[in-house]
Amino acid sequence: MSLSNTHRTIDAIWRIESAKLIAGLTRIVQDVGLAEDLAHDALVIALEKWPHAGIPDNPGAWLMTTAKRRAIDLLRRTKIRDQKYVEIAKNTDLYTVEDVDQVLDGEIGDDLLRLIFMTCHPVLSQEARVALTLRLLCGLTAEEISRSFLVAESTIAQRIVRAKRTLNEKNIPFEVPLGEELNDRLSTVLEVIYLMFNEGYSATSGEHWIRPLLCQEALRLGRVLAQIASNEPEVHGLVALMEIQFSRFKTRVNSKGEPVLLMDQNRAQWDQLLIRRGLAALERSRKLGRSLGPYSLQAAISACHTQAPTPEETDWPRIAALYEALSIVMPSPIVELNRAVAISMAFGPDIGIQIVNELNADPSLKKYHLLPSVRGDLLVKLGRYDEARTEFKLAASLTQNEREQTLLLNRAMECGEGTST
Amino acid sequence: MRFMMIVKATTDSEAGVLPSQEQFDAMQKYNEELVKAGVLLAADGLMSSSNGIRISYPKAGGKPKIMDGPFTEAKEMIAGYTLIEVKSREEAIEWALRMPDPHGFGQGEIELRQVFEVEELTNNAELLAKETVLRKQVKEQKQA
Amino acid sequence: MIIKATEYSEAGLADGKDYREAMIPYKKSLAKKGVLLADEELQPSSTGLRITYPKKGGKPQVLAGPFPVNQDLIIEYMVINASAEDEALNLALRMPVPKARGKYEIELRRLKEKLESIQDPGIKAIEASLQDHLNMLKKI
Repeated sequence: MSLSNTHRTIDAIWRIESAKLIAGLTRIVQDVGLAEDLAHDALVIALEKWPHAGIPDNPGAWLMTTAKRRAIDLLRRTKIRDQKYVEIAKNTDLYTVEDVDQVLDGEIGDDLLRLIFMTCHPVLSQEARVALTLRLLCGLTAEEISRSFLVAESTIAQRIVRAKRTLNEKNIPFEVPLGEELNDRLSTVLEVIYLMFNEGYSATSGEHWIRPLLCQEALRLGRVLAQIASNEPEVHGLVALMEIQFSRFKTRVNSKGEPVLLMDQNRAQWDQLLIRRGLAALERSRKLGRSLGPYSLQAAISACHTQAPTPEETDWPRIAALYEALSIVMPSPIVELNRAVAISMAFGPDIGIQIVNELNADPSLKKYHLLPSVRGDLLVKLGRYDEARTEFKLAASLTQNEREQTLLLNRAMECGEGTST
Repeated sequence: MRFMMIVKATTDSEAGVLPSQEQFDAMQKYNEELVKAGVLLAADGLMSSSNGIRISYPKAGGKPKIMDGPFTEAKEMIAGYTLIEVKSREEAIEWALRMPDPHGFGQGEIELRQVFEVEELTNNAELLAKETVLRKQVKEQKQA
Repeated sequence: MIIKATEYSEAGLADGKDYREAMIPYKKSLAKKGVLLADEELQPSSTGLRITYPKKGGKPQVLAGPFPVNQDLIIEYMVINASAEDEALNLALRMPVPKARGKYEIELRRLKEKLESIQDPGIKAIEASLQDHLNMLKKI
């Protein structure tokens, strides 16, 4: 094997092992920054040794043993007597290959979970959580992260350094939260993963380039989480949502790079494997027997579309019911608007528009451009073109987005034609 | 990128001999590892070719010929496949190397094939150009 | 980089020619490097207003300038993008300083970071669904 081949192999091994390694080391040294450094030291040693000595049979165990040895050296040299490091001093007997195998089976899963809770800790800013999670759990380089978010690499690097420092300074424990706290903290974790996914998924055209890497990393992390936190319905719900959405990834942009809406997508090109996986994940969420949370409900809505052979065969009454359930667990005008559209599709626009009218009465939504925009569409359906035109114009005046403004003004113009014919 | 790890048929798998408990456990453990790493998309084992049907088109534009199994050339047949989603070719190779020997008596063979993805993105010159420009911008920002 | 007001700037005295001439290439060099994100000069505090809330929950009080120079007034600020504190400090130290005008102060502060592209992912996704559903409403 040539040198560069070996290096690429080591890269691949690193990708597979790094998160487990950092998680295990964090448990030992209780400092995520130090753990990452130690893991990196082990990688550097592997890069020196493996090209000549060959790749060991169990590279993960080798890296872990090496990193742990470095940790002990470091502690002896610096004579740290900090209470924090007591645990490492207790375990000075090194892992054997068999030990590490066992750890990989059991505890590493728990360590990974602890690590996710740490990198998604609320003490960090949203951006820091995303950067640190991509770095430590997905093994992405600062360069890859900076490309994905179109932020300077130095900014990402700094953000990661600062995040690690914050975790250390605030003594954030390496643990899975219990009881009440678990739900809140878990929703933060899911939010970080979904944010990663959406950053990759929703950038369709214009100034953004498509970032499937983020989607794939989010999916992978979600799948890992579903394995190690398998009792949490919303984890499966999120995985289901991402699998189903990602099944349409290829069809959501045309050859010119313009976005293609669901209705116009080529359903034959949807990825049936991911759909199947998504539906299975949704089933796992349901089987846990608790009422469905926001991610599971959105996945269920998404599933309705995948199960319709054509857009005309969509099960709208079911979608309307799911939005109603969603509006209870996640009250928001955007959910209501979706419900109004689904009800219009299921039972007619005259019923759907009643929901929109109720929202219209809410003064806090006066500036919300989607409200008149949806109302306009429903009025068109009802043949009330003059009113619709007014709504589209109002919506256009409320949005800052130029593209959207043009679209809305075009809709208003179409209504003009509607009355004259 | 997706890769298919194809486990080739052996005289045992063709004869319908089930794997030993030990082999079975090792495979199970391996699959779990794939799941835990978030890379497993699908894995299936196939029944022996005595259950199979072959449809061939011996003449161009001609009618299909249907043949019932079993078929003879074990080495060219498959006994199962595992589909994984990984970041690089090397990662796929690394996972394939970790798969337990599927036979254990000299006939074990795993073939690794990349799944062809109709990726409009990579074929689209305009988008690629946009991406290049943006990367350049980010790079310049970085150097500044 | 926050440039503090001086008695001269507060008095509305124009900066010396040397200083102005030195400042132009300095800013140009920042811009060329792509690190200069924003740059604003302020008028003297005599044109300013202050809104204070002297009592908790009470009414605001509006005060007209000028305000005392010793109250850390600002005359100009520049937002720069630096990879580390060292670099920012380096850039700040290279900023020209008006001569013979007494005490002069530049303050460096780090901005709170905001990733503009990051919105609430949940809402964004549901908005996308709405577009999909509206499109169906229109066409079916």
